[in-house]
Amino acid sequence: MATLDITARSATTTASPGVRQHLEVAKLIDISKCIGCKACQVACMEWNDLRDQVGHNTGTYQNPPDLDGATWTLMRFYEVEPEQNRLEWLIRKDGCMHCADPGCLAACPAPGAIVQYSNGIVDFNEDHCIGCGYCITGCPFDIPRLSKKDHKAYKCTLCSDRVSVGLEPACVKTCPTGAITFGSKDDMKAHAADRITDLNSRGYTNAALYDPPGVGGTHVMYVLQHGDQPEIYGLPKDPAISAMVELWKGIAKPLGIAAMAFVGLAGLFHYVTKGPNEVSKKIEEEEEAKP
Amino acid sequence: MRRDPRDLVRYSASERLNHWVVGISFILLALSGLALFHPAFFPLTMLFGGGTWTRILHPIFGVIMAVFFILMVLRFATHNLMKSADWEWLGRVKEMMDGNDESMPEQGKYNGGQKLLFWLLVLSMLILIPTGIVLWRAYFAFPVEMVRIAAVLHAATAVVMICVIFVHVYAAIWVKGTIRAMWYGTVTRAWARQHHRRWYEEATKP
Repeated sequence: MATLDITARSATTTASPGVRQHLEVAKLIDISKCIGCKACQVACMEWNDLRDQVGHNTGTYQNPPDLDGATWTLMRFYEVEPEQNRLEWLIRKDGCMHCADPGCLAACPAPGAIVQYSNGIVDFNEDHCIGCGYCITGCPFDIPRLSKKDHKAYKCTLCSDRVSVGLEPACVKTCPTGAITFGSKDDMKAHAADRITDLNSRGYTNAALYDPPGVGGTHVMYVLQHGDQPEIYGLPKDPAISAMVELWKGIAKPLGIAAMAFVGLAGLFHYVTKGPNEVSKKIEEEEEAKP
Repeated sequence: MRRDPRDLVRYSASERLNHWVVGISFILLALSGLALFHPAFFPLTMLFGGGTWTRILHPIFGVIMAVFFILMVLRFATHNLMKSADWEWLGRVKEMMDGNDESMPEQGKYNGGQKLLFWLLVLSMLILIPTGIVLWRAYFAFPVEMVRIAAVLHAATAVVMICVIFVHVYAAIWVKGTIRAMWYGTVTRAWARQHHRRWYEEATKP
């Protein structure tokens, strides 16, 4: 499908085919408007034709309990008290954030198994996936899951197949309250600003847009009523690619190759300059002469 | 087989087999590990039947190597205890590298360099085995922060170990008459006297 608008490709050291430039898109999830109906979860299953196992009730509305190879978006339910004696039932649609600086892509060792399109969508090509799970190690949001069925990694595609033909993602289309909107990243930021003004006027003075700069911004953004406490929604406060992953996928690679090449060549050059270490003729003759 | 009845036995058949199993599994591990370490080496996955097979096989090679490596350590550890003569030998390693080894301190079955290498390999494996288990997602699920640390340690230690093995292999190629000890277990008396005088004296004691 769209292969001329790739900005980044996993485990690839040369430029990706990217002559075609597309408008940067974003999905905005307004948690203040969400009623937790799970229509988005169903629409995701329907469009992607996935049926996860019918699980067990774990005591909350959250079902299945976690993301999975066949569950790419999940309503997470949180009962919290942002202020004392003020219970709030926060419901967040969880799924891939489509980071501008994707940790999964940085960590993936399989060329082209993860791509980032110029419109900002980060997509997995499961036919190139080797099932190592490095994407999970790289992700600051704990999103990708290895399927128990085929041991490949899966996650939300932001309906890249729909978006590439001018449609909005399935979850956006189905949302009955307009809590999920989709459009250009700029438009979504403007829309979020309006929503935050409205929330401020209703007493949510800390309402804010969640578009974390630590990962270069994301192409799935949230409007949070309590923008100062993303943790109560199960979101990391300042997500960034882990320093360990940066080290592993950054300096360790050239440094490692240089070290191995240096030692290998040092051996060769040593042999060439010093010659082999042979048993001395004299000792050999003395040993021969012994009875 | 003894090519010459006067040759000295350095390794028994089972020690040689043990070393070969470790050596082969190390080569397979290094090739499959490098394939996943840097995209430049990804084509090495073709040696193992593709990327997915490489991912499946690498930890299995790892288990084989771990078992036989531990066995080998149990066999050779007592021969590799560092003594003061070994430190002296290491202090004068430059003379050895220049090929002027006639006046080097007397050495037993292993010299200071071999012993140091032995312990570096033990240390490497002590890091590689547990971190490898943490990275083995097919069977284990560790907290992600732990997996991240394990990934860095595993890669960095593997690089060190590959470098150490380069030195090990090169030393065997450089010192003529050594590799046959790995094949059929014997070395000539002259070789032993030149490189491991104290061991030579023990082995030739009437």
